[in-house]
Amino acid sequence: MPKLITQVGCPYCGAACDDLEILVSDDGKKILETRNACVIGSEIFHHATSSNRLTRPRLRQPDGSFKETTYEEAIDYTAKALLHAKKPLIYGFGSTNCEGMSAVGRVSEKAGAVLDNCASICHGPSFLAIFDNGYPSCTLGEIKNRADVVVFWGCNPMHAHPRHTSRYSIFPRGFFTNRGQKHRTVICVDPRETDTAKLADHHLMVKQGHDYDLFDAFRTVLRGHDIPKEVAGIEKARILEAAEKMKNARFVMIFFGMGCTHTDGRNHNVDIAISLTRDLNDQTKASIMAMRGHYNIAGPGQVWSWQFGFPYCIDLSKGTHAHMNPGETSSVDLAMRDEVDCFVNVGTDAGAHFPIEAVKHLKNHPFITVDPNINMASEISDLHIPVRIVGVEEPGVVYRMDNVPIQFKKVIDGPEGVPSDEELFDRVYLRMCELTQTEPIWIHEKTHVPTTTSQVD
Amino acid sequence: MATITMKPFKTPELFLECSNISPDVFAGKSPSEISKLEVREGKIRNELGDFFEVTGTSGTTAEDTDIVIEGDCSRVKYIGMKMTAGSITLNGNADMYVGGWMKGGSIHVKGNVDSFCGIAMEGGEIQVDGDAQNYVGCAYRGDWRGMRGGTIHIHGSAGNDIGTFMLGGTIIIEKNAFIHVSTHAEGGTVIIKGDVQGRVGGQMVKGDIYVLGDVTYMLPGFKEIGQVDKTIAGQDITFRHFIGDLGERHPKKKGQEIYGNLFLRASSPSGIPQ
Repeated sequence: MPKLITQVGCPYCGAACDDLEILVSDDGKKILETRNACVIGSEIFHHATSSNRLTRPRLRQPDGSFKETTYEEAIDYTAKALLHAKKPLIYGFGSTNCEGMSAVGRVSEKAGAVLDNCASICHGPSFLAIFDNGYPSCTLGEIKNRADVVVFWGCNPMHAHPRHTSRYSIFPRGFFTNRGQKHRTVICVDPRETDTAKLADHHLMVKQGHDYDLFDAFRTVLRGHDIPKEVAGIEKARILEAAEKMKNARFVMIFFGMGCTHTDGRNHNVDIAISLTRDLNDQTKASIMAMRGHYNIAGPGQVWSWQFGFPYCIDLSKGTHAHMNPGETSSVDLAMRDEVDCFVNVGTDAGAHFPIEAVKHLKNHPFITVDPNINMASEISDLHIPVRIVGVEEPGVVYRMDNVPIQFKKVIDGPEGVPSDEELFDRVYLRMCELTQTEPIWIHEKTHVPTTTSQVD
Repeated sequence: MATITMKPFKTPELFLECSNISPDVFAGKSPSEISKLEVREGKIRNELGDFFEVTGTSGTTAEDTDIVIEGDCSRVKYIGMKMTAGSITLNGNADMYVGGWMKGGSIHVKGNVDSFCGIAMEGGEIQVDGDAQNYVGCAYRGDWRGMRGGTIHIHGSAGNDIGTFMLGGTIIIEKNAFIHVSTHAEGGTVIIKGDVQGRVGGQMVKGDIYVLGDVTYMLPGFKEIGQVDKTIAGQDITFRHFIGDLGERHPKKKGQEIYGNLFLRASSPSGIPQ
């Protein structure tokens, strides 16, 4: 009889929904149905059992074609490439569990690599702003129960986080927000009329790239000063109206996305947003949150901050200490400046997300992709190592966008013989120790779940 | 004064991290000892002599040690890092962190420099004949104590983030700058003789900014309070005086709030209404 597994975490967006129900076939091998998931989340589960799934590593041949190889050979290749390189770059981790990230941390230290995650091209600037200005944030649960004015600044959850608005930010009826959407005023700041903007009560169509000016206008108004007739393409009256809404709210929630972190000024846009949140707290309660993209992209920030003291762009090549300075140690900058000589892309698609010039530079050196799927990076790689899909075939801890850890489940067995990210990188680490004739210094006694045993509860 | 001359003869494959190129380290060492100083290329430890031919003599102290680098250092980081005295003259370009955390002495780069020139500088003087990239005289990530003293003079243009979290000292940019000048500053002076696109003095608490060219987009948090005559680089100029950032917190002195000052040349063809 098919088994219904409840309270399953969704390995798609930063909202990391943990209320999914998955109907699994008798033998625990096939996903029959997904419930509660958005269309993208649902697709991830069904994709796991698709027929074109890779189950063995592929190594680039001298004639340019891919040839299947064994995991032993792939692990040996990766270990040697990392040891041989003067400054390897290991990047990715949007879509894997914290156990995998921790294992990669051990490998990176051994390899003297630069360790970076997708935040580098995503919410990295938010980290810089948080270093400079703090992070007065809260959990998504608090937003659901308290927020009566919700600001979406440069983000579009209707597309990027499909269930965010229904679970946390606009529609749900919470303890102090028992009339749901009717209880909330939604302000959207976006140069485009996105689907989130269409939902909003106030849409401030900011002039592209002038978010900082608008934040400054809000802050100036909140301190009782006058502002020019128009700021960032928005009339003074509309700014005053929105500021008044925020001031009179019981709890203001500001969500910000790539519209802030990847337009001119980057970290400064977030920095001043944090300052605005602080100012609002003089008048009412206010909080701010980064709309993190992937389901566990908050994970590397947590795991590596614990391991190395920094959340991303960690240069471990010194051997004695970790050095972090985005602009220098960030993946795209390293690639553009030709500052690394080996690239390992884990659980993401640098081929699709990096500027083409950066990819061209990286392609001059060994290029390895570790990902369950075929993507643009895997197709240009020298070696592609498929792994199990976290949240579907592999359990683990993930951090939701509000930095709340959630234990994700496994719902079906992974393809036979395919390791998890953690297992793969632990084996790479051991191989590196063998090659350098050193003792593994990280004590790690976890026995990996055999790839064939079902863990469905 | 004793001079050490370094001639680069090999370009590194990646980038060299040479925090040892400083009069403080070179003082009292012979050229052969200097050649043996460690430099890093990624995780590989090399010697300075693998990339530079070192000749001349060093002084007994940093103060009487001059370093002359005859050639291009486009792939060399950290030149003059943490130096306290003496001088470095570079006949070519340099990469990142020129004069980073510098406390004294002088650096003259006759070409261009990359980002983070004079990061967290405390004293001394940096002259760059060419252009600088981003983060001139800025703070290290997360540090609220940026440049505290000294002078950075860029004869070309600079990018964004000039004098972020600045507390003291002077930065002069002869040509144009992009965005974010003196963001979060609590002191210091920035003079930009060319144009700036915008975000001048955002979140600024105290300090002075002079713009002799144009500011394309003025921040809404700045208010014009009058005109003043000042002498800048030997020129008598009439400036429009703005105070701000009015959106930011400001300390009080004798009951009066202290603001950051932005002086914009009165005759500049700025789009900002008078």
